Amino acid sequence: MSSVPLDTLAAPGPAPAAAPAKTDPDAPVVVPARRTGQWAAAGAVLVLLGLGLVSVVRNDAFQWDVVARYFTSASVLRGLGLTLWLTAAVMILGFALGTLLAALRLSANPVLRAVSWGYVWFFRSTPILVQLLFWFNIGMLYPRILGVSTVDLLGPVAVAVIGLTLHEAAYAAEVVRGGILSVDRGQIEAAQALGLGRRRRFTRIVLPQAMRAIVPPAGNMLIGTLKGTSIVSVIAVQDLLYSTQLVYHRTYEVIPLLLVATLWYVAVTSVLGVGQHYVEKRYARGTGAAR
Amino acid sequence: MSATAAPPATAPKVALRGVRKSFGDVEVLRGVDLDVAPGEVTVVLGPSGSGKSTLLRTINHLEKVDGGSVSVDGVLVGYRRSGNKLYELREREILRQRTRIGFVFQNFHLFPHLTVLENITEAPVSALRRPRPAAEEAARRLLARVGLADRAEAYPRQLSGGQQQRVAIARALALEPGLLLFDEPTSALDPELVGEVLDVIRDLAAAGTTMIVVTHEIGFAREVADTVVFMDEGRIVERGTPAEVLDRPAHERTRAFLSKVL
Repeated sequence: MSSVPLDTLAAPGPAPAAAPAKTDPDAPVVVPARRTGQWAAAGAVLVLLGLGLVSVVRNDAFQWDVVARYFTSASVLRGLGLTLWLTAAVMILGFALGTLLAALRLSANPVLRAVSWGYVWFFRSTPILVQLLFWFNIGMLYPRILGVSTVDLLGPVAVAVIGLTLHEAAYAAEVVRGGILSVDRGQIEAAQALGLGRRRRFTRIVLPQAMRAIVPPAGNMLIGTLKGTSIVSVIAVQDLLYSTQLVYHRTYEVIPLLLVATLWYVAVTSVLGVGQHYVEKRYARGTGAAR
Repeated sequence: MSATAAPPATAPKVALRGVRKSFGDVEVLRGVDLDVAPGEVTVVLGPSGSGKSTLLRTINHLEKVDGGSVSVDGVLVGYRRSGNKLYELREREILRQRTRIGFVFQNFHLFPHLTVLENITEAPVSALRRPRPAAEEAARRLLARVGLADRAEAYPRQLSGGQQQRVAIARALALEPGLLLFDEPTSALDPELVGEVLDVIRDLAAAGTTMIVVTHEIGFAREVADTVVFMDEGRIVERGTPAEVLDRPAHERTRAFLSKVL
């Protein structure tokens, strides 16, 4: 402190507010450190990207004309439609069952807790492909259900919905349970002290706050489920992937048709990502981020 | 008050008889008797761990008792007596009893995703089935009463701690309870915000609201309390007027406590 000239010390009174910061022409100027390495790294990455892009554009084997021809063909759009509604059905049914499982897991009843735990344990412990093949062949275990032939009752699409939903529910249960546990216990006590009923406490107080913790992993699951539905091509359900496979089995234009499927998956997941951003904003009400 | 059979004038608003409560092996309340007369302000003092908060929470059945009984307006809280047994009530009936008992928490526990106005109208609308416009009008009057008329549309996190606690008091008052319970209402506040909350509680006391206040604010107890209760190790050690308990404590443990906090 002794080296500071007396006349630069703040004078009592309104001086600091009245005088702008730049008073001393001899004051040293602040210079940020050079970041040469950053510029070099950025340049190198851009060059590599450019080379990659050129190779894609100039490689005729990509057959972009074939991609363009099939991108909006009727069979591909039908497959896309099936993928979309299958994703929606699995998400809705999966989260409905998952919320029920989470409620059982958090209940005071030890039997219900154990059943819920067992469900999640079992359905998370086996690959979805194995589960799907199992449901597809359920007719070998139960040839008739309620007097109807199982094979007639459960076509490939029904098997796809059931198989994917049961698997999805196990993961959804954990996401919902985590969200509910993230809500401060004091919130429930406050609602109880105010005489709010059990259902009102859940829908009005707990769930909206739990949604903040549920939405990000649920958005992840939605995107994962959309892509994951491509697995139903193994049981000959005509989703987006299988509809392109049907074409290339006939024409051998394998790469361009896989590109058709790829571009559609990228387009839809991108739209879902944007939607998730707005849903997250909705449930951030009252938090610092929403101000 | 909605009690159908009006109790005699001398009947206590709150009556605790031999209340016992344990958490595991720890006995937190070891037989507490306490009467609070209508319109009376009772301040409960005591070192931390003495059972004050637990005692307060048994009065609106946020905490179940292991023995003894709690009644408000001469009606058992949380239980129904049949012969020599106390049967715990169904949740629906307990919730109805709680709407007549206001509770203010140490950490406010406002609902962060609802505005100030929605926080206050939630219970009148959903628990008492009041029409929303009437509930909102009443909520705005309560906000004016706690000095926050202009913050109805704010979210709790946009308010200071003292403002949040005043909203929490307005939220408790929205049910028009005959009894208010305060669990260390200023302990989570910065020192300069304590006064504004105590001012609100002081106004309520002056208006004749029956209150039980657990606090460490000795000055507030001296000024506002009709009765001061000193608790230690799950028992009420001493009970009397502020002058008796704070200035001429009869018990050694009360003296030891007061010498530390004054």
